[in-house]
Amino acid sequence: MVLDTRPVASPLPPRPARRKRYPGHAVTGLKGFAFTAPFFAGFALVFVAPFGYALYQSLYSEQLSSDGLGGSRTVFVGLSNFTRALGDGDYWTSILRVCVFALIQIPVMLGLSLLAALLLDLATGRRARLFRLGLLVPYMIPSIVATLVWLYLYSPRLGPITRATAWFGADVNMFSPNLLWIGIGNLLTWVGIGYNMLIIYGSLRSVPRELFEAARLDGAGELRIAWSIKIPHVRSALVLTGMLAIIHMLQIFAEPLVFRVTSPETVTAGFTPIMMIYNLAFTQGNYNYAAALSVLLAVVVGAVSVLFYRVSSREAL
Amino acid sequence: MNETVSPATRRTVAIGLTLYLIYSVAPVWWLIVNSTKNSRDLLLSNGLWFADLDLGRNLSQIFDYQDGIFLRWAGNSLLYSGVGSLVGTFVALAAGYGLARFAYPGRSFSMALVVGSFLIPYSMLTLPLYLLFSKIGLVGSAWAVLIPTFVNPFSVYLAKVYVEAAIPVELIEAARIDGAGEVRIFLSIVLRMLTTAGATVFLLAFVASWNGFFLPVTMLQESDTWTLSLGLYNWLRQSQVSNASTIDFTSIVITGSLLSVIPLAAVMLALQRFWRTGVTLGAVK
Repeated sequence: MVLDTRPVASPLPPRPARRKRYPGHAVTGLKGFAFTAPFFAGFALVFVAPFGYALYQSLYSEQLSSDGLGGSRTVFVGLSNFTRALGDGDYWTSILRVCVFALIQIPVMLGLSLLAALLLDLATGRRARLFRLGLLVPYMIPSIVATLVWLYLYSPRLGPITRATAWFGADVNMFSPNLLWIGIGNLLTWVGIGYNMLIIYGSLRSVPRELFEAARLDGAGELRIAWSIKIPHVRSALVLTGMLAIIHMLQIFAEPLVFRVTSPETVTAGFTPIMMIYNLAFTQGNYNYAAALSVLLAVVVGAVSVLFYRVSSREAL
Repeated sequence: MNETVSPATRRTVAIGLTLYLIYSVAPVWWLIVNSTKNSRDLLLSNGLWFADLDLGRNLSQIFDYQDGIFLRWAGNSLLYSGVGSLVGTFVALAAGYGLARFAYPGRSFSMALVVGSFLIPYSMLTLPLYLLFSKIGLVGSAWAVLIPTFVNPFSVYLAKVYVEAAIPVELIEAARIDGAGEVRIFLSIVLRMLTTAGATVFLLAFVASWNGFFLPVTMLQESDTWTLSLGLYNWLRQSQVSNASTIDFTSIVITGSLLSVIPLAAVMLALQRFWRTGVTLGAVK
């Protein structure tokens, strides 16, 4: 850290360490507020206002006017959008769908990321750097492009997968309703391994190396070291990556939308919660109900994060 | 490091990592190879190796399509991601500095707002934001995509952490005693010391924005305002519908996809060391 080296007029008297941490009298305080003002002005517009507006919208409903002249008017309906949503089988099915999917895909992805981080931790020098960069290649691919590429790889017309399995006499169509799940799961895993590996690897590198040397001298194998020292140490990184993945999964939109182009029967318009909300708003024009579903989704995401955090922090104790 | 690892372990590690490497890189290899093929070879030749090199024809089809709308999309993507993230980084550094180095009433409340907003799913806000923006007439314009990019709570959080680590209070006080104004201190001292932080915040925002799909698909209806991602998605849809058209959309989707990787990969490779610290730091939150 380079400090200002210009001579100060007189050496400052020693000051009480704690009180002067924020050298703020009222004027500088206001100036500090001014520095944050552009952000919070935007925050009010982009976060607070839409949040409030969604709540407001969700309490209203468009109804055809009763005077027989056509047209519609907006009526206050209280919580009826929410009671309707709570009984909306399609909505809860879409949430359940991503949850079940997450339950399988996320552990697989994190397990593979953890294994990659453990392997990388044992590699040395230039080769390790090369591998690390190689594993991060998917992270450099825009998500739409990643989805397109896998869509083509799965494609029975162009893709090598159908052709390769045909050699073995199997007729594999990745777009069939059952395999499509595996297809999307594989895509998300492919995209996510590098990023998650990097977080886990970063946490792994913070373990004191002597610990491993000592364990090796005591005759512990690499598997034993990984199981008893390394994995417990990276648990908080795993919790974090798991939570981010769940939150991401509840909001998944672009990937299934692209798969819908080739498999509209399997990937329905309301396949995931966000797809359903998007479809309600922009295809059916029912903004009020869509707003209610948005608010409910926020509640679900918040509840899942809090639950996940609670469970994981209890385990860590 | 790790000299004590046995040769057998070394071999296992090398084999394991090679498998990972193949899995990670093979689809990109497929993309590179197939972007050079014409539509016949796409169907008939080996997907993992080159056939007749028709990259030039694919490129000219891409750039000719609707008077070079692809370039327009590329320019839009650069504008939304580049300008959006640049302004967003500046806004976040200022806010981070204000939050970290000043005391004023409501400071801890505003910090709580920043962290609390991590819990709100961003996609939940997009629909009401669309309604709000359509009220003030912003839908369809670049602002509809830019303004949300300017405002990134996670960038503010990162900036605050960086300021706390990198900007000593004594330095600011010394500058004040020397008679520098607050704005000058920020612009000429603080910003200069936050170059690394700024690069990290910028890069993470840039990647997020370049990858963004839900916001632009909601806000932008006219094709000449689209991003590369939207354009490619639309070409993919056309490739499924129209068989009678003179253009083979499949080959231009593939080549166009490869082109849209290049800017992102270039920025990421150039700023590699920043995003590695950024990702790890982001994980500590």
